[in-house]
Parts: sequence; structure tokens; C-alpha cells
Amino acid sequence: MLIITCPWCGARPELEFRYGGEAHIARPADPSTLTDEEWADFLYNRTNPKGLHAERWRHVHGCGRFFNAVRDTVSDFFVVTYKAGETRPDIAGDQAK
Amino acid sequence: MTNRFRTPSGGRIDRSAPVSFRFDGKTYSGYKGDTLASALIANGVHLLGRSFKYHRPRGILSAGSDEPNALVAVARDAARVAPNLRATQVELYEGLSAESQNRWPSLAFDAGAINDLAAPFLPAGFYYKTFMWPAGAWKRFYEPKIRAMAGLGKAPTLPDPDRYTQNYAFCDVLVVGAGPAGLAAALAAAESGARVILCDEQAELGGSLLAEVGATIEGKPAQAWLADTLASLSKHENVTLLPRTTAFGYFPHNMIALAERVSEHLAAPDHDLPRERLWQVRATEVVIASGAHERPLVFPDNDRPGVMLADSGRTYVSRYGAKPGDRAVIFTACDSGYRTALELKAAGVTIAAIADLRPQLHGELPSRALAAGIDVRPGTVVTGTSGRLRVSSADLAKVSGGAVGRSETIACDTVLMSGGYTPSLHLFSQSRGKLVWDAASGSYLPGTSVERERSAGACRGVYGLNAVLEDGYAAGEAAAKAARDTASPQRGATPVNGASSRSFKAEAPDLGNDGFIGATPHNRNPAFAKAFVDWQNDVTSKDIKLATREGMRSIEHMKRYTTTGMATDQGKTSNMNALGIVSEALGTPVPQIGLTTFRPPFTPTTFGIFAGEARGDLFDPVRKTPIHDWAAEHGAAFEDVGLWKRAWYFPKAGEDLHAAVARECKAVRASVGMFDASTLGKIEIVGPDAAEFMNRMYTNAWAKLEPGRLRYGVMLREDGFVMDDGVVGRMAPDRFHVTTTTGGAPRVLAHMEDYLQTEWPDLDVWLTSTTEQWAVIAVQGPNARAVLEPLVEGIDLGKEAFPHMSVREGRICGVPTRLFSVSFTGELGFEVNVPAEYGRFIWEAIHASGERFGITPYGTETMHVLRAEKGYIIVGQETDGTATPDDVNLGWAVGKAKKDFVGKRSLARASMSAPDRKQLVGLLTTNPATVLEEGAQIVADPTAPVPVPMLGHVTSAYHSAVLGRSIALAVIKGGRARIGQKLSVPMPGSVIEVEVVEPMFYDPKGERLNA
Amino acid sequence: MLDTPSSAGHSTMPVSADPLASLASGSPRRATARLTTLDRTARLVFRGRESAIGPAGEAFGVALPREACRFASNEGRSALWLGPDEWILLAPGAQAGPIAAAIEAATAGLPHSLVDVSSRSVGIELSGPKAAFVLNQGCPLDLGLGRFPVGMCTRTLFHKAEIVLSRTAGETFRIDVWRSFAPYVWSLLEEGRRELD
Ligand SMILES: [Zn+2]
Repeated sequence: MLIITCPWCGARPELEFRYGGEAHIARPADPSTLTDEEWADFLYNRTNPKGLHAERWRHVHGCGRFFNAVRDTVSDFFVVTYKAGETRPDIAGDQAK
Repeated sequence: MTNRFRTPSGGRIDRSAPVSFRFDGKTYSGYKGDTLASALIANGVHLLGRSFKYHRPRGILSAGSDEPNALVAVARDAARVAPNLRATQVELYEGLSAESQNRWPSLAFDAGAINDLAAPFLPAGFYYKTFMWPAGAWKRFYEPKIRAMAGLGKAPTLPDPDRYTQNYAFCDVLVVGAGPAGLAAALAAAESGARVILCDEQAELGGSLLAEVGATIEGKPAQAWLADTLASLSKHENVTLLPRTTAFGYFPHNMIALAERVSEHLAAPDHDLPRERLWQVRATEVVIASGAHERPLVFPDNDRPGVMLADSGRTYVSRYGAKPGDRAVIFTACDSGYRTALELKAAGVTIAAIADLRPQLHGELPSRALAAGIDVRPGTVVTGTSGRLRVSSADLAKVSGGAVGRSETIACDTVLMSGGYTPSLHLFSQSRGKLVWDAASGSYLPGTSVERERSAGACRGVYGLNAVLEDGYAAGEAAAKAARDTASPQRGATPVNGASSRSFKAEAPDLGNDGFIGATPHNRNPAFAKAFVDWQNDVTSKDIKLATREGMRSIEHMKRYTTTGMATDQGKTSNMNALGIVSEALGTPVPQIGLTTFRPPFTPTTFGIFAGEARGDLFDPVRKTPIHDWAAEHGAAFEDVGLWKRAWYFPKAGEDLHAAVARECKAVRASVGMFDASTLGKIEIVGPDAAEFMNRMYTNAWAKLEPGRLRYGVMLREDGFVMDDGVVGRMAPDRFHVTTTTGGAPRVLAHMEDYLQTEWPDLDVWLTSTTEQWAVIAVQGPNARAVLEPLVEGIDLGKEAFPHMSVREGRICGVPTRLFSVSFTGELGFEVNVPAEYGRFIWEAIHASGERFGITPYGTETMHVLRAEKGYIIVGQETDGTATPDDVNLGWAVGKAKKDFVGKRSLARASMSAPDRKQLVGLLTTNPATVLEEGAQIVADPTAPVPVPMLGHVTSAYHSAVLGRSIALAVIKGGRARIGQKLSVPMPGSVIEVEVVEPMFYDPKGERLNA
Repeated sequence: MLDTPSSAGHSTMPVSADPLASLASGSPRRATARLTTLDRTARLVFRGRESAIGPAGEAFGVALPREACRFASNEGRSALWLGPDEWILLAPGAQAGPIAAAIEAATAGLPHSLVDVSSRSVGIELSGPKAAFVLNQGCPLDLGLGRFPVGMCTRTLFHKAEIVLSRTAGETFRIDVWRSFAPYVWSLLEEGRRELD
């Protein structure tokens, strides 16, 4: 069971969290202006990197907040967690940024 | 024959506490402190089982958890049978009853031993080669036979009556293994104030010190030092000592699973005690002090009962006072064998000879053996053993330059072997740490760490009592310091334990670190000699060599092909020797071959410990509504809806489901019924932007909904498909009372929170779950108003004052209520929301008030029929995650003028309004008595060639008592255009003809709603 | 907003039901981990923007804690931080109505939400030297006094049920659990202390 650091509550066990998919995919302000292809890209296409991945988690059985995390998908260790709305922090060796 | 092999004194057994036990039906005696293995050895019993494949007689190989042979079943009663226990770990208690396994009809005469004679036909990979033909025979014939022949113990068939508990535990430093390294590590960590957990799989903490008779530590005899150290550790408030506790799994982020055997060792366990406890330990730092396993030597006939690991033989004598025999031959590749010889000799065992694989001897222990007059033979191998169910002699031959001379037969009843030590890397490897090959010691050692752990002592190749103690102490100090420094966890480094700040001044004989890997040379016919590498899976050196000739190169392939190391002992005694044999056969150095992956569990672990308390009634929460008990008292049958128990129907005497539902349906349509709708999800949406938020989350338009009015809302996922529905009340301009489906409640709230928090954090609106705040009682039927009127205060229930789809706040029987005028039956209806704690009180009041109208409680089945008669959908029944609102005739609920809402863009895709989408329709069977099956496929022409094109399927089907016939709802391609057509529903043995109709079977104009 | 039950116009007083009544009545005494049901409590969920937080606390009589996972108490009332804009307000008895009215009055026009959830959950107290041990059989948090001090509160899990856990004294925990999960939680607490004196 992983330990995840909620930006509000601190380090807590994975059981209290729910995964929320890739982070920083904003819903378009006016979806009606998007082509079908653009809309499908927003809905379905994700980067799925090997290595550092910015992703959403929710402390669902805690403070209830959604937040973002950078996790190494190879080692399963979290590099950093940060509040929703904050930009992805600079991390050395982060190719995806 | 009572304890003939017991030494007159010594050991840690309690000679004042004799214990009587049974093995294979025969009664023996031992002492408190014995294991089953040590007690049997003291009684001269060495034949404990038959081997897995060849059914060869097998004895006791080791004295610990690495035991591959001596597996027994221990039974307390018919339900409490634990198979496959290692006799070396089973603690003796009064009345213990154990049975050998894998033999028929008896241990001494076993019919399956024919396999041993047939061995040339059972080579490595024989499963793959032999049993693959003809197709299908594996499942029908071979597998059942092989399982019957080669199985291990048998599981009991009765439910496990014991309790198992689990708990989470936390510490700064977890120390695994309470041998000298672990004890010293725990001492160091404890003295620094750290929270420490020290666990060990054995009944007593102490590890190798428990069998240490010659050494001193800090000037005291080792066992006295052990007692003092344990006393001192147990005085620390922050230290938890866990004997009988196996660290069996190392999981990410330093979570280590420990299995504690709480009451297994007791003669009459208190049933309030768990049998076992799972500790899920989260440790800031871990010290692995798991020691090393003695390696067997791979020589012909090395599996005969009486052949044992040398240091295990010594342990039986020195710790348990049980002599493995009268006359022993020792075959060794290291100095440890000499210590065994000396201690056995001191205990009165004759040492017939020491065969030392090494050509030259040096060091303290060989000199002492020579001085003691023992026949020491350097450059000598054992080439075979004799004896039917027990060793009676061993063959010794000189070896030089790889050439083995003629054998000399030496009479003995015991052969003790030592090939050196293999560091126990299981936990380190499970933590994903990287192993490194150490040429000096000829072993793999822990290298780079992934988790916050460090190894200490023999498990990292440190030998010698003083060095081990100091390494452990240094590791404990370093771990405690690292735990305090939580801000900078060091990962990806090889921990250095550093120098110990404490000196232990331990004095013990130097055992060196010599050893041997592989198969020892012999002079026997290689076609017939069986030199075992893996005792539990019956793998010989010949099997492994054969696998290399057949092209296996990777050690992982080798393992699977020969099954070496794949038994429940995880190859503790076999992996390194297998590697050595492969290395020699391929001419490739060991480090280039690699090592197989270690996986949890370290030793077999019960299923019970994983289940813990989650069984029976406590497997999952069983959610009951405030009205549940009333329904139960009134004979309701219940159905599971998610975690909820819902009243399904209320049968009267003699009624079945069909009869009860028919009666309940008619009662609602004719007079009045009442229904517990408390499980509906409820969310209170409050804030200045509540209406705007509703607009974005639901397809409907909300801005113009007046306070005091209700609206049926439809929620989509962003992909445009129906996710949930429910009635929504506007309580105030900034407050909505939202209802969801029973199963959808948490999902809908999470969906809303997601959008609110991450897409529109600027909106001033907040969500609060009120599902359990409110009990909901639906009162439905022409007399509904008359039932409620006498109970309600402050609300005018009149048709004009309180029209259909309204909400009012007031009181009912003095209890505050939110009263909805709403119907899911097509009848005049109300839903009474009251605080849950008053749910039953109000239910009973309504029931009493309705008595004069014959008010009828009804369950979910009647609710389903009544709504289907009206064509109302149930999300998840008529929809399957691919239905648009229009597909299920809810196009009217989509606010066309709204610029955006969740799912709107997806609805604009051309395919979402294609005319051949599956659309909701009604079906009437030509034969009104036929009730279709839900899920049945619908076709146009059942005689069309296969594959017959499927048009859709039946989503709901019931007998309607009010209509006197069956009805059904279905989704059919282009369904609305097919209304009036006849279609077919093919079923096994018949084809049912149906007519497509409007999905509305009762009161199509809706006149009854406003009655 | 709800107010409290009355018996006006009716011959019988409303009867409030406790889902733990039958389980609690048969519960054995074990001194090292005492298990009791708590009396009825008014519960309000307050959520809102910065401007409303101060006035809400003032009206309630307990300043809403701004530190994560902490509660504050005053004269029997408690305000528990559950999230950065979410508190649950507890007051003895079933008097949610007047409290809610006072808070609504103080926060009128300020962006916030106040919802009465008095009946949504029930309170359980677990107390004694083994209380943390019993809780840790289903709660995955470190309950060491240094890590979960007196005055801490949080939503978390107990086995498969969500609870609000707070430490009211060194050896005393309060559990708030949704009504329909309460028998499950109670039964597992009973199982957890079965081996204790
Ligand atoms: Zn949190």
C-alpha cells in the first residue's frame, strides 16, 4: 500500500485515496467550438508515460480534495504532490514537462 | 522407546513439563519447548513423509522454516486441520495430533513409491512432454490423477471456525529477525528512543543464540546475554516484541506484512483469541536481519531419512537436547560441520567420520576435531547412502582433481551435511532491492536498496558472532537516525551500516565462510544416481543438467521447466545449488546466469489471515434503512441492492413472489400503498451558484424552476451517455435537494465534486451528502392524500395548493418533513422525507392512518412493475452506459437552449442521433401469459442464417396483474420506427413472437397522477 | 432548514430510533477498551468561502479551526475541520434548528452552505489503554499519540466504512459514522476488543 501525501492532510495511506487519471487536462471552455477529433482527444487520449506522470488523486476518505501528484510509473514512488490549480512543479529529469 | 535419543541434560526444553502427543496415531512424549520435529527425533522417529513426485521416504532435513520435507497435517478437530505445516516449526502442546502426508496406504509402505522405480520415465519437464496428448486429456484424465498422486496435504472441507484478526501498526524501525544481528539492531534503535518492532518467526526470540553453547557476549554466556537483552528490550515502552511472527511480504513504501501465530501453540486456545494476526506494519526504516540458510550438499541418495543439515543436527542436540542418531557421518565443505561434530560428540553421539570436500584443512575447529580424535578425512565426498526407511551406512570416497576414487562403506544412522551458508535475501529481494554477486563468499548479497531498509548480519554476508552483533548494532543506530531524519529519505543507495558504537566482546569459534555450490562429484552411474537439489519438488541434479541439454538457458526457464525452487519452501535450500549445477553445465559463471525472483510469501501463509474479520456478516457493511426492522417484523423478503438490504416484497401466508407482487400492485392502483425509498441517494446543493452548477451538471434547465417545485433531472457523463437520474427539489433560490439512484449515490457525488473542484472552482456552491439524513416513505395510490392529510401540519395537500411535482416543508406527526408530491407509479403520490431517526415512527404512523384504506406496504419488485407499466426507466436496467437521453425517450429533458452542460458536446456527434440507434420501446408478447426473459435477444427473422442479426434486447419484463398480461421494455435498433411490427425473441426450444409498442402500458394520458 | 420535532397537535411524542440500541445493550464491559454509544447530537455541515468562516464560528460559539485535521471545542460544542472549506459542527442534544438559524443570520449574504445532518450519523466512543489497538484493526492511520494527538480529527476508514475519527483525550476516541454503517463498525469494534480484558 502506497503512502500518498495529501497537500492538505499530509502523508496518508493509499486506501483513503482514489485515482483520478492524468492531470492538467482542462475541460475546454467552449466545447462546441471543438471538432469531433479534438473532442475525442480531450475525452480519451492520454500520455501514459513510462517515468514521471502528473496525475490526479482525490483524498476521498479524508479531506475530499482533488490534488495533483507526480509519480514515477516505474518505481511507484511519488516525487511531489500539489494542490489542484497549481502548475506542475519543475523536476529535474522530467522529460514530459 | 521413550525419548531414547534425549540428552540427559541441557537445551531449552522444560524437562519438568512433559507433553504427550500423537503422530500417525501413535502416542509419544516430548517436553514443553520442543517442536514436533525435535520431539520425534528424541523418540528416534525420522520417517516423516513421502516425497512429492517419487514418493521416496523422507525425514527431517532442517530445524527451521526452510524445511522442505517434514510436512505434516495437524488436526484439532474435523474443521481445524492445518495441512503442510513444517514439523520443524510446529510447537508441541499437550494432545497435539499430527499426521504424515502424501502416502497411501501407510507411511512405511506407500504404493506411490512405484514412481521411484519409474523415475527414468518422469524426467524434468515430464508434465510438458508426457501429458499433452490427446487434446483434452489433460483436464479429464492426467491432471486429476496427478493431483491425486502428487498432492501435498488435504485442506479440510468444513468452514474454518477460528478467528483471524488484522491490524495496522507503525514504527520508526522494524527489525526482522531476532538473532544476534536483529537483537543488537533493536537494542540500538530502542536506546535512541525510536518506536521499534522486533519480530521473529520462532517461538522464542534469539535466533542462533538459542543453540549457542560455547560463546560468550559481553563476558556472559550467550544464552544469559540473550535473556538479559530480552528483559531489557521488553522494559522499553516503545518496543514491541513479536515472537512466532513471520515477516512474509515486503510491499511498497515500507509496508511489511507479518503473520503472528497467536494461539496455534496452545493446547486449549481461548476462542476469544485469534488463531493468527496479520500485522500490516508501516515502518519508517527497516532492518532486515534474516540470517542465512545452511546449504545442503547435492550427493547421491542425500534424501534418505537420517540425512540432515549439519547445523540443524547440532541445533537439535544443543537447543532441544535431542540427538539425531547414535552414529553420524559428517559431510562438509566448511568449518561449521566441525562445530556440529564437536557438540554431537560431547552429547554422546559417535562421529564415524568427517568427510571434508576441501583438500586442505586449517582453522581452529578442524584442529579441535582432530584433537578430539575424530576421523577427519579431507578431500573426501559422500557418494551414496544405504538403508530402506533410514540411513544405515554412507559411502565415502577420496576426490582429487575431479577424480573420485573407490567408495568405502561406513555404518551410520545419521549423515549431517553442510555446504556453507546462503544469505536469506527473500525480503530484500521482495523490496525490489538489487542483488550483487560477492565472489569472495560465493554468494549473492544485498546491493542497491529501493525502499528505506538495510540488512545486517549473515543475511548480508557478515559472519562471526562479534561481527554480526556489531553490524546489527550499527544498522539499528543508522536506521533510527535515518528514521528521525524523515525529510530526506535515501533511496537508490547501498546503505552502509558504519561502525558500531557498542562493543560486544563476543567470543565464539571462527566458522570461516567456506562453502560449496552445485553437485558434489561421485563415482555412481549417472543414469541411476539421484542427488537431490530440491527435496520438496523432487528435483535432482540430473534433471537440471537435462534441462540445460534441452536448451534451457535462462534460470527463470530452468526453474519452470524443472520446477526447482517452486515449492512452498521457495527454494531456500535449493536455489544456489541449482544455480551452481547450471553454471557448471553451461560453463557460465554464476553471476551471469542470474537468480530467480523471490516472491511473497516467505513461508506459506493461511488464507484466514488475509480474510481477517471480513467474512460472513462482516464481509461487507450490510446497510439497513431506518424502516428495515419494521419490514423484517412484517415478513418482508429482502434483496441486496449494492450494500443495501431492500424490502423486496411482503408475502402474506401462502403467497409466493408472484402472488404477493400481484396483490401489492393492485392495491396501489386501487387504493394506496407505501414503500421505503430511503436508500435513494440525496445531495444538498447549496450556494449562490447552485442553479448555475445544476445547469452544468444536468441536461435540464434549472434557472426557471421555482422554489417549491420538483423536476426530474438527467445526468450524463462527458461522453454523452446517461449516468444517473433523479427528482430534484428546489428548496430555495440557493438550495436544491437532489436525489440519485440508490446505487449511483457515491458515484454522482464524486462526479459533481470532480467538476466543482477541478473545472469550476470559482462557483460558489457546495455539496453535502444527505442520503442518510433522510428516511423516505413513498405513499402512492388514489387514497394517498387522504392517508397523509390527518398527519401533516403546515402543508395544504390540496390539488391546487400542492400540485404534482412540488415540495413543501412542514411537519408530520410533529416531525419536520420535506414533503414531495411525486410519483414513480403513475398514481397520485407523495414522498415523505423525515430525519432518519424518525423514519420508523413516521412509517408506523402512516401505516396506522392508512389502515382504513387497506394501505399495503410494497417492495422493490412491485415498484419495478408499477414503473414499467408506465414506461419509466431505471438507469442501469434500461440503460447500459451507451444510451443517450433520446435513446430512452428522455430527449425532452435535454435543455436545447443551454450553451453547455456535461455531455452536450458528445451528443452533438452525428452518430449520437443516428436513426438506427437502439431505442426504448415496449414489447407485448402475442401470448399474454408469456413473460419474456430480461436480457433475451430480439431478432427480425429467427430463421435467418447464422449469425442472425441481433436488433436489441429485453431490458425489463414482468407480469402485470393490473393489465392481466405480460409486459416488457426493450431497446431495439431504430425501435421507434418499428412500433407496430412483429419481431421474434428466440429462446431455447421456442421462438416467442412479440409486437413492438409504445413503452407505456397504463394510463397513457397520465390522468391518474393528478387525481 | 429543519427545526426540532414537536408534539403539537399529536397525542404521541415522536420516537427517535438509534441503530445501535440492540447491539449496545448486549455489549460486554471490557475495561481496556470501553465501547459506548454517544447521546444524540446536532450536526451541521458548514462549507463556505473565507468571508463566511469567521462569522460562522462566532455564531456557533467555536472558532472554526484553520489547521488541517484539528477540532476546537467550547462549552460542549465542537467544530471539526474536515476539509479546507468544510467543517462539521457538533452540539449536544438535537437542537440543530436554533444553531442553524444563528449561523445563517450571521452569514447572510456571504457565500456558504449550511446543511443539517443531525440524523445522518451516530456517535461512538472508544476509550481505554487499548482503544488505539482496537481501532487500528480497521483504521490504517498511525494512532500513536505523537502522530494523532488529542485535538486531531479526520475522515478515514474503519475496515470498509468511512468514519470521522477524533481523539478527545489521550485514550479516548470519538467515531462518527453514517447511520447504516454503524452496526458494521460497532460489530467490528466488538470483534477487535474480544481478546481484551
Ligand atoms: Zn486530505
